[in-house]
Amino acid sequence: MKKPDFVYVTYIATTPEKAWQALVDPKMMRQYWLGAMADSPAHENISDWKPGSRWEHRRVDTGAVDMVGKVVEHTPPRRLAFTWARPNDFDDVSKHSRVSFEIEPQASGLVRLTVTHDGLEGDPKMLAGISGGWPQVLSHLKTFLETGRALPRG
Amino acid sequence: MATRSADIDKVFKALADPGRRYLLDLLHRKNGQTLSELCAHMDMTRQAVTQHLQQLEDANLVAVVWQGREKLHYLNPVPLHQIHARWIGKFERSRLDALHDLKKRLEGDDDEKA
Repeated sequence: MKKPDFVYVTYIATTPEKAWQALVDPKMMRQYWLGAMADSPAHENISDWKPGSRWEHRRVDTGAVDMVGKVVEHTPPRRLAFTWARPNDFDDVSKHSRVSFEIEPQASGLVRLTVTHDGLEGDPKMLAGISGGWPQVLSHLKTFLETGRALPRG
Repeated sequence: MATRSADIDKVFKALADPGRRYLLDLLHRKNGQTLSELCAHMDMTRQAVTQHLQQLEDANLVAVVWQGREKLHYLNPVPLHQIHARWIGKFERSRLDALHDLKKRLEGDDDEKA
């Protein structure tokens, strides 16, 4: 494994299976894949999640594709990994960074969800955008899984 | 709920120390540092830095990754977003509501003048 650019961890009162479903089911994703601002659009990730398949990060309201990549690993309910790139860079794998989600069951009904992002060192703009984005998404995901609601916004 | 409240206590306690806040600043400047790298910027013993890092890790403000034999420390702001949503967002919302009311009232006045 390369040295990660970011490592984000959150402990969620849920089961590994529910956490997994939230990562791969677009209907759940659009509930928590939100930015901090009230007007930032919800997104969902669309794929069949088979290794080698394409996935797309789409805006729910317009259907615009903001990010793309290839599924690297799909091991329910433990590990999901995919590459991450701008839509125009889909065919140029040198411009893909890598995201992995790891779900580990903990004592007392918690799961530890770790998101690791590496391969961003040549792309400061993406690095800056992502460093703000992931903590919000994970914070929303935690609230969504624990309360069934997204965080109150703006 | 009890665990969640205890989790938030840990975050506030971890932040209630200038040395620990400085460690978070150092990781914000350069993420994924080893203990030795962090110690080079800290005016305290290695043992004290280790203890502060452990407290930050317990509060989930620092996440640790092993790279071979090196233990790398990463800034983990997810709990801060939870606090933001729970505390700060709420106060911002009432301020925004107040601005919204003011705007409506002022625009209403404009309508009357027109």
